[in-house]
Amino acid sequence: MTAIQENLAHVVDDHADHHHEHPSWLAHHFDDAEQQYDSGKLGMWLFLVTEVLFFSGMFCAYALYRNRNPEVFEFCSSFLNEKLGAINTGVLLFSSLTMAWAVRAAQLRQHQLLVGMLGATLGCAAIFLGVKAVEYSHKWELGLLPGKLYVAQLDGAHGPHKGYLEFICTVPAIITALCALYAIYAFATKSLFHQRVAGPMLVAGLCFFGGVGLGQYLEAQEEASKGHGGHAAGHEHHAMVDGHVDHGSHEHAAAPESVHAAETKTAAEIAASSSASMGGSPNVYVSPIELKTPNADVNQRSMAGLFFSIYYCMTGVHAIHIIGGMIVITWLIVKAAREEFHEQYFGPVDNVGLYWHLVDFIWIYLFPLLYLIT
Amino acid sequence: MAHTTTSEHNHDAHAGHGHHEHGFSHPMPIWMLFAVFFALLFLTGLTVFQAQFDLGNAEIWASLTIATIKAALVILFFMHLLWDKPLNAIVILGSLIFVALFLGFTLMDAEGYRENLIYNSTIEASQPVDPNAPAEGAPAVAAP
Repeated sequence: MTAIQENLAHVVDDHADHHHEHPSWLAHHFDDAEQQYDSGKLGMWLFLVTEVLFFSGMFCAYALYRNRNPEVFEFCSSFLNEKLGAINTGVLLFSSLTMAWAVRAAQLRQHQLLVGMLGATLGCAAIFLGVKAVEYSHKWELGLLPGKLYVAQLDGAHGPHKGYLEFICTVPAIITALCALYAIYAFATKSLFHQRVAGPMLVAGLCFFGGVGLGQYLEAQEEASKGHGGHAAGHEHHAMVDGHVDHGSHEHAAAPESVHAAETKTAAEIAASSSASMGGSPNVYVSPIELKTPNADVNQRSMAGLFFSIYYCMTGVHAIHIIGGMIVITWLIVKAAREEFHEQYFGPVDNVGLYWHLVDFIWIYLFPLLYLIT
Repeated sequence: MAHTTTSEHNHDAHAGHGHHEHGFSHPMPIWMLFAVFFALLFLTGLTVFQAQFDLGNAEIWASLTIATIKAALVILFFMHLLWDKPLNAIVILGSLIFVALFLGFTLMDAEGYRENLIYNSTIEASQPVDPNAPAEGAPAVAAP
């Protein structure tokens, strides 16, 4: 008996067919579980198509701008911490593994394992965001901001602004505190359902701060290793104001960070004079990545600033997708804790999984394209 | 075969998976999940490793090739497209074709304006900043 024949029989002999009496998990407009599953999955793929096309717009902006100004990407990529990017890639890949495993667990009615795998995915997402928070706040402190806001090294007189990380962390801290309260409630009432939901949520909340700790540790390490030569690619503002290059027609005091004083002073002079003679802005920077970048005009709002616009746009939209994924995974955890999934009904897990893998898919391209430019 | 009553399209996949008892679902074997995961980790390491070398223009292609292999692994195995209905594969591949068209057409004339925009003034003007140039000789060149 083929599926079509069975469906026909189902239509003709609706009442007699107790095999397919509509259970609670089968929407009434579907004939059977497989039709429901396939429809949902096709819908999810169509949604992913719109996601791919939507991200491709940003990749297009990236490709165009990199094609025009490869030196901007060389220069700016040196501000991105490769190690943190690589760790985040690993974390996302692991979360994809646990998500795929969660689908398997849902199909096999392994309810406990399913909650655990979804919890692991949620935790990985939180670690990713924690590391990202460190990366973002670090860049903001350095003035590596998008577009017009870009001030890095343009104004060496100002020290780095602190406190961004604490600001970012307030919302996760509140959420984690709420999760902790919920967990206390769950254990106090001895409700297995609430324990199964609150446990992963609390762990995920703590994972965020684990990610923050990890990110800070690695960022400090990176700074220490780069800081030695004084060519920290803008990671430290030595703020040695060099009188020779102070054209200062705008409010930017030219303040090259120079430890290779002898060489860089001349280099700065040249850079300053060349940019001034061309009617460019008098911004002067010296020796990021040991003068590897031949173009002194890179460190401007219209150049590096535009790179960071693209950077924040792409990684920010990606991070929003991570947050969205975390919300739906939490919803799945609630359903999984109620043991709703089985081999006939695992569509939600599978479809959220597809979404989650797409987010991973996007990051697979973002990582080498943003962090690994030499 | 009782199995055909619930799914006729994918029992080849079932045969590959060896799970006939799970209706239309076919759980991925755990070893396969781990194999894909470690392959992805290996490729991530490889792309970090290759980034250390200055390959010039080939660099972007090397990293894009590795990223595409990784993306294919994710789509085929984690997203289960290898065992999915062909319609879903057509849908997602169609979108990738349109992305290729979009990027391809936009970048078609990139070579045309590239010279003007980059090499016009900036690199020539700041040529002495070359790290290989002797620092002592530089001021003479720099005199405006």
